[in-house]
Amino acid sequence: MSGPATLEAALASGLSSEEFRQIGALLGRPPNPTELGMFSAMWSEHCSYKSSRRHLARFPTESPRVIEGPGENAGAVDIGHGLAAVFKVESHNHPTFIEPFQGAATGVGGILRDIFTMGARPVALMNSLRFGPLSVPKNRALFTGAVAGIANYGNSMGIPTVGGEVFFEDCYSLNPLVNAFALGIAPADRIFRARAEAPGSPVWCVGSKTGRDGIHGASMASAAFDEEAEAKRPTVQVGDPFLEKLLMEACLELMQGDALIAVQDMGAAGLTCSTSEVASRGGAGVEIDLDRVAQRETGMNAYEIMLSESQERMLLVVRSGREAEVTRIFDKWDLDAAPIGSVSGDGLLRVRHQGQVAAEVPCRALTDDAPAFDRPAARPSWWPSPEVTPADLPEPTDWNAVVRGLAGSPELASRRFVYEQYDHMVRSDTVVRPGGDAGVVRIKGKELGIAMTLDGNGRYTARDPRRGGALAVAEACRNLAAVGATPVGATNCLNFGNPERPEIMWEFTEAIAGMTEALQALGVPITGGNVSFYNETEGANIFPTPVVGVVGVLEDSTRRIPQHFAAAGDLLFLAGPEGGDALGASAFLKERHGRTDGRPPKPDLDAEVRLGAFLRAPGAAGLAASARDLSEGGLAAAAVESLFAPDGSAIGAELQVECAGRLEGPLFGEGPARALLSVRPGDAEALAGLASREGVPLTEVGAVGGDALRIRVNGSPTVSLDLDGLADVFRNSLGRLALA
Amino acid sequence: MARFAVLVFPGTNCEGDVLHAIEAVTGQPAELVWHKEGSLDGFDAAVVPGGFAHGDYLRAGGLARFSPVMEPLIQMAESGRAVVGICNGFQILQEAGLLPGAMLRNESLSYVCRDVRLRVEANSSPLTCGLAPGATLRMPVGHAEGNFRADDDVLEALEADEQVIFRYCDDGGEASDAANPNGSRNNIAGVRNARGNVAALMPHPDRAYEEALGGVDGCRLFESLHRFTES
Repeated sequence: MSGPATLEAALASGLSSEEFRQIGALLGRPPNPTELGMFSAMWSEHCSYKSSRRHLARFPTESPRVIEGPGENAGAVDIGHGLAAVFKVESHNHPTFIEPFQGAATGVGGILRDIFTMGARPVALMNSLRFGPLSVPKNRALFTGAVAGIANYGNSMGIPTVGGEVFFEDCYSLNPLVNAFALGIAPADRIFRARAEAPGSPVWCVGSKTGRDGIHGASMASAAFDEEAEAKRPTVQVGDPFLEKLLMEACLELMQGDALIAVQDMGAAGLTCSTSEVASRGGAGVEIDLDRVAQRETGMNAYEIMLSESQERMLLVVRSGREAEVTRIFDKWDLDAAPIGSVSGDGLLRVRHQGQVAAEVPCRALTDDAPAFDRPAARPSWWPSPEVTPADLPEPTDWNAVVRGLAGSPELASRRFVYEQYDHMVRSDTVVRPGGDAGVVRIKGKELGIAMTLDGNGRYTARDPRRGGALAVAEACRNLAAVGATPVGATNCLNFGNPERPEIMWEFTEAIAGMTEALQALGVPITGGNVSFYNETEGANIFPTPVVGVVGVLEDSTRRIPQHFAAAGDLLFLAGPEGGDALGASAFLKERHGRTDGRPPKPDLDAEVRLGAFLRAPGAAGLAASARDLSEGGLAAAAVESLFAPDGSAIGAELQVECAGRLEGPLFGEGPARALLSVRPGDAEALAGLASREGVPLTEVGAVGGDALRIRVNGSPTVSLDLDGLADVFRNSLGRLALA
Repeated sequence: MARFAVLVFPGTNCEGDVLHAIEAVTGQPAELVWHKEGSLDGFDAAVVPGGFAHGDYLRAGGLARFSPVMEPLIQMAESGRAVVGICNGFQILQEAGLLPGAMLRNESLSYVCRDVRLRVEANSSPLTCGLAPGATLRMPVGHAEGNFRADDDVLEALEADEQVIFRYCDDGGEASDAANPNGSRNNIAGVRNARGNVAALMPHPDRAYEEALGGVDGCRLFESLHRFTES
């Protein structure tokens, strides 16, 4: 071993002097430079969750359906028919700012490895994106680059991207967010876990060769950025979706048999993380010889090999005597696969390099013994954010211009520009395409469908983190209800600023409290997720942005509620509580008045539960001709979205609004627990019966038909926008802004 | 009874969709054939499905033509049996010299996935022999390089010989610029060889074979292929 590392080196690697002292105490000696690098990566916020672990423990994580909760590579829930849905969302924010195409692409690659590591074949992707305003050229480059990177990776892998979201705010200009979600299907009784057992079992490294790319990516993702961020480009990995496709096929083929004890993907902190985690979960140790690791470059030292984040690699723990099967399958796919060591019984991660022991560290010291902080949290003085009412706003005179402007705004315009770059039809299972409230994929040969959605609203959470957290969960569940699906599990990606600031920790704990309240009320367990702190650049923090992915089950994917208006003459109903006029932190306020202030609407979790029960009630799918949840942009936005089907067809509608005071609230208010339904006239009474049984108020608000979107207020014509013009604005504005 | 081979290169990702579509539409067995196979004996037709064969490295389809299975595939084409390509399969058949033209990147420079409408131009191919010229079909595209190019004289000959089998068109059946998703010359979406046994198209009939997927027009192409093998 080389000589001991210094405190200066520890500080430079992102560790604190207290952490350096703790490492010395755990080892009984100072670490050498390689060991210091391993601790620096494993004890980084990104790998250790040291600021968040205590708080994440508050999430509900159990239900009769949960097969695998937080802690494994991904969560797994029982979806019936002997199958499990395996899913997770993860951030790739920092790499995307440095290099948008590769940063976003490798985010997709990483989350897919988490899924097939569990023995599940990935069947769907989604992503949640945040960028600065498209008026800034750099933001357009980040946005289009990230979308192209996601498309490149997901499309090459042959996995459809069926949903997601994208929003634009100033606070993301220097700190874009890329959260990637993947879902796979596995036999419920064949979920693979990453636990090394049976000392003596060979440990293999398979897939790509190890190079010098991405060294210290985990530490990079755990620090705030300054203007030197561009200089960090070498810490961004470069993805090879072709290689990952081969790796996925080889791993899934190998997992058909029982030659494997454990599988762990190599993501952040590469070999260090995969070996120590797989060993500590199984209560074992691992001994590896770096000379046996296939390398892309010559002259790599132990530090570089242990910390490389070269993509498309996996660690396998193979049953002794079954090595030939591994070789046969990886040969078929023309992939590197080599034994690099074995499981040991002493609990140590022992690393040999060029005949020397280069590192010798207890596995648990790197993982379970990582520090866990209870960082101070303090409510900021501005809280609570004052309410915004229409009286504070100038009254519009041209309502056509207001509605047209919102329909083409970055906040509310169709995301077609984005999702048409993603292959959303490969696998021929996508039965609800992007552009609706939730994506749905079917399971071939069964009636079963899986619905999924990814939601968050940073503006809400910025102004009231507890409400924002609850509303993110509520909206996701409402989106599933809108297609008639039952939520069965959730994952989350918590994108926050610098946790060393007490007001950021307050946002974090409040958001978790709000999410927890909503998850409990709606009966949805969290099965895993990811925390991304330090989304701070040059001292400016992003809006706190919790993103929630919820997965639901449709017992019969052909019996679901459509997402677009179906036929002229159908009646329109607003389902849900009255008084949803709140404009605080709304899309209307932002896009019409350039304001992001105010207080978001108060969650109404009881009403959300009732709305969900109504839309899922037996018979609802046959009675409702369409459903749309009300969220950003309120009733008007839900109506616009319902006019334009993804196949390019369109049908008009007339909304009739009764309104005693100002019109902004009834048209654009974002009160929760509401949905816009269209119903054949002959079915209206039966649907009203279902609604009343579940305690959901229904208000008739107009009818489908005509060649325009018309809005009558108290009987008088107020808005009339012809369909062709509105279609162009709604469908094409985002692309025009992005390619300006 | 007909036997269909569905070729699988490393990076191919639509083999399952094609397999499923053939079996669902024709009721005939289809088999996946790995690209290292040296023989296609016993098959009546071969389909080269979509995806990213060999990662589309070098250029789309550029490496696939060196795979061992291409030799028997070319023999199959020379023997007059049906060889068809879909999307990446089209690009591979072009690179192998079995079909004319080449694909440039889409005019938008982006991948495009959406439904398009196709007009049947000629029924003299394994993909269209059961279809009436002038009929229109709807199905998804999904590609980044579908911008069909050929020299003027090649293009003229293709048109004169009715080797263009599908054109992108609008809902009214017009081959308009607005209906062209990638900038293809003459709105070309599919072609056949001179002999009339090798054909390919960029859109995906393998994603439009059940109502649940948003349409069934893709079935007509697989029915044609089945009919061709029986003739």
